[in-house]
Amino acid sequence: MEVKEINTIKETGGTEGIIYETTLFAEPILHLKDFTITNALFSSWMAVLILIVLAVILRKKLREVPSILQNIFEVIIEGALDLCDQVTNSRALSIKVFPIAISVFFFVLVNNWLGLLPIGGLGLLERGEEGLAFIPFLRGGTADVNTTLALALMAVFGANFFGIFSIGIWKIFNKYVNLKMLGQIFTKIKEDKTIIIVAPITFFVGLLELIGEFAKIASLSFRLFGNVFAGEVLLASMAALFAYILPVPFLFLEILVGVIQALIFSMLLVVYFTISATDHDAHDEHEKHEENMVVSV
Amino acid sequence: MELDLSTLAKAIAIGLGAFGPGLGIGMIGAKAMEAIGRNPEAANKILVPMLLACAFAEAIAIYALVIAFSIK
Repeated sequence: MEVKEINTIKETGGTEGIIYETTLFAEPILHLKDFTITNALFSSWMAVLILIVLAVILRKKLREVPSILQNIFEVIIEGALDLCDQVTNSRALSIKVFPIAISVFFFVLVNNWLGLLPIGGLGLLERGEEGLAFIPFLRGGTADVNTTLALALMAVFGANFFGIFSIGIWKIFNKYVNLKMLGQIFTKIKEDKTIIIVAPITFFVGLLELIGEFAKIASLSFRLFGNVFAGEVLLASMAALFAYILPVPFLFLEILVGVIQALIFSMLLVVYFTISATDHDAHDEHEKHEENMVVSV
Repeated sequence: MELDLSTLAKAIAIGLGAFGPGLGIGMIGAKAMEAIGRNPEAANKILVPMLLACAFAEAIAIYALVIAFSIK
């Protein structure tokens, strides 16, 4: 394909312009029968490869007295575990949630940063409807809404499954379709007359929480996608304006934004997992038990 | 002159959409500065929650930007 295009350029005398726009959707670079491989997918694979190589190197060189690389990662992981503890308030829960949170953090971080590397110049020329367009091989994985949507779906569904494994499916079901509240109309009608109004309201609040879960998926995916994609467009515009010194502060901004967005995504993941796994009823029973003790004394 | 509604729509979407988050981030920063002014030693503790809150507020502007990009 490239030889044909170069011939076309020679024929037209090099006057045909090549379109170098960043598109909202990732461009496909390879078709394997029915499966399209887009450049964002390719970058995600590169990110996973980098992480695997890093992990293998660290594991091979694990010593009692740490080397520089091991030291850096020990500092990062200790800091992250402390941050996790501040959210979960329990070391045991932290250790359960930490592996997936830190993996998502590193995956998102490497994907965000891969979009900044200058290797975006390698690519294919493809003839589309509007003429020749330039398709880069490497484009940040998180700059494609498919990747971020997949991560957000995994986070929200993972949180619900984690809740099911932690406190049982009946309690998670009651969070959304609050059948226990409806049942309490019959059991508590003698002690508390207002239950006949409170219970249906609580039932509808439970249904609204179901819609809230979908809102969480949308907000997680769009926050990450929007930040990274807007960063790419900003860098391209700055480079088009004046290619030499101007993009440098924006590159630093994008490095910082990459770190912050990865941090926020993984912290929100920990928060959702924690909320799913906390049993509000045990806490309420504990409070009632304390109340009874105080009154009886 | 042909009135190009789609360009106008993009401009309004991002223009109005960035108004609220701009105010929000300014207020977060102002309160953070106030807190640091009262207690300069707590500056490191205030930094991380402030950045978190800023990122949440900025996400709203990003939603508006995505809509502006997807209007044809």
